[in-house]
Amino acid sequence: MVLPATYKEKSRITMRDIDTKGITKIVSHLFQEACYQLPDDVITCLRQARDREESPIGCEVLDRILENAEVSVKERIPLCQDTGVAVVFLDLGQEVHITGGDLYTAVNEGVRQGYNEGYLRKSMVLQPYSARVNTKDNTPAVIHTDIVPGDRLKITVMPKGGGAENMTRLGMLTPASSRQGVIDFVVNTVNEAGGNPCPPVIVGVGIGGTAEKALMLAKKALLRKVGESNPDAETAELEREILKRTNNLGIGPMGYGGRITALAVHVEVFPAHIASLPVAVNLQCHSARHKEAML
Amino acid sequence: MRLTNKLHITSPIDAETIEKLTAGTQVLISGVIYTARDAAHQRLIQALDKSEKLPFNLKGQTLYYMGPSPARAGQVIGSAGPTTSGRMDSYSPRLIAEGIKGMIGKGMRSPAVKEAMEKHKAVYFAAIGGAGALISKSIKKSEVIAYEEFGAGAIRRLEVEDFPATVVNDIYGGDLYQEGKTKYVIE
Repeated sequence: MVLPATYKEKSRITMRDIDTKGITKIVSHLFQEACYQLPDDVITCLRQARDREESPIGCEVLDRILENAEVSVKERIPLCQDTGVAVVFLDLGQEVHITGGDLYTAVNEGVRQGYNEGYLRKSMVLQPYSARVNTKDNTPAVIHTDIVPGDRLKITVMPKGGGAENMTRLGMLTPASSRQGVIDFVVNTVNEAGGNPCPPVIVGVGIGGTAEKALMLAKKALLRKVGESNPDAETAELEREILKRTNNLGIGPMGYGGRITALAVHVEVFPAHIASLPVAVNLQCHSARHKEAML
Repeated sequence: MRLTNKLHITSPIDAETIEKLTAGTQVLISGVIYTARDAAHQRLIQALDKSEKLPFNLKGQTLYYMGPSPARAGQVIGSAGPTTSGRMDSYSPRLIAEGIKGMIGKGMRSPAVKEAMEKHKAVYFAAIGGAGALISKSIKKSEVIAYEEFGAGAIRRLEVEDFPATVVNDIYGGDLYQEGKTKYVIE
């Protein structure tokens, strides 16, 4: 199909070039920063949790977690030895033109450089069901791309640890299960996970869409500032109720018993099919590492 | 680090000490411990099945479920916190029967592992997951002794000083995860 000349001209004028070299550099930098520096909102939330915790051993755990964050920055030792699967979210403006190579190769090169230069652990293995041979550079990254309005590229990195990721659950509930069914499913998931996902956790919940949409919503919910409510009042109330019930479980920091099992519950919602009520839970350990940059 | 109310113990852990360790006891471990993740466990079991020589004598030793991040020049080890113990559950009863006395990791163990601990008098400790930078400070020496091809999952002989851990499962059937939760649950 031949596009009309006016359209071609217009699109040429509004496109903004972003070179892959810059993308590689920023991805490398972001992963290194993420693995050494806990975000301020997470630290603030952990301090508040320390004040609210009643269990002596729970307080001790939270003190050590906060001390760990200081040691990590000061001595350049990663917060956690599990520096994760390299998850990368790209919000790609539709008026961006990528130059100098292909986008995903550039992102993976950034992961390779970041994990090598940053002394981060390489945890990815090929043929996960059999040979499990380490790729030795933590690639491939798991990349999620959204096309958005504008001429910018937002890059968000999330080194996601295996322990918490392994506790993920997807429930294809019946519409009859309704609100209560969703609450029970999420709380049961956290309960069964116990101390495994390194509580206090952040609970990411995705409701609606299809199976994979619900899982994506749950994961993206983890990128929100810790404890920031969903803008929708009804969903914000749902978050508060799930958080209360979760903290009533008594699991506590690292599962040793206590009041603080979750720092926050973040719920994202999408419409669903008349026959479906998908619910996904993706847990984030207390080492809630993510960093973003806008190009 | 706050050192009050913590029991100083030495690894390998002797029988007398093991009797003193009950669920919830906070300890500071000094001495020698060996790292092993799931791949190394599988190898150890294969070696036992074939009656091959093991990389170290299991009798009385402590295993640490840990795969560190790479060390920078001048560092003994990188970040060095525990991994989830449940992945070792299918291998642990056999290793306990062969003489392992201590295990350090995080997260719950299976009924079969707990049974083996009671039967053969072994203890399970948890270290704080996600505190790998802090924990690394208690590791004074690290040497890969087997299965180097597993990278972070190789078996390392570690010399530790005041390594912080908490007894989760003791030889009397005590379980900190259950007891802690029961204490703070709101029905």
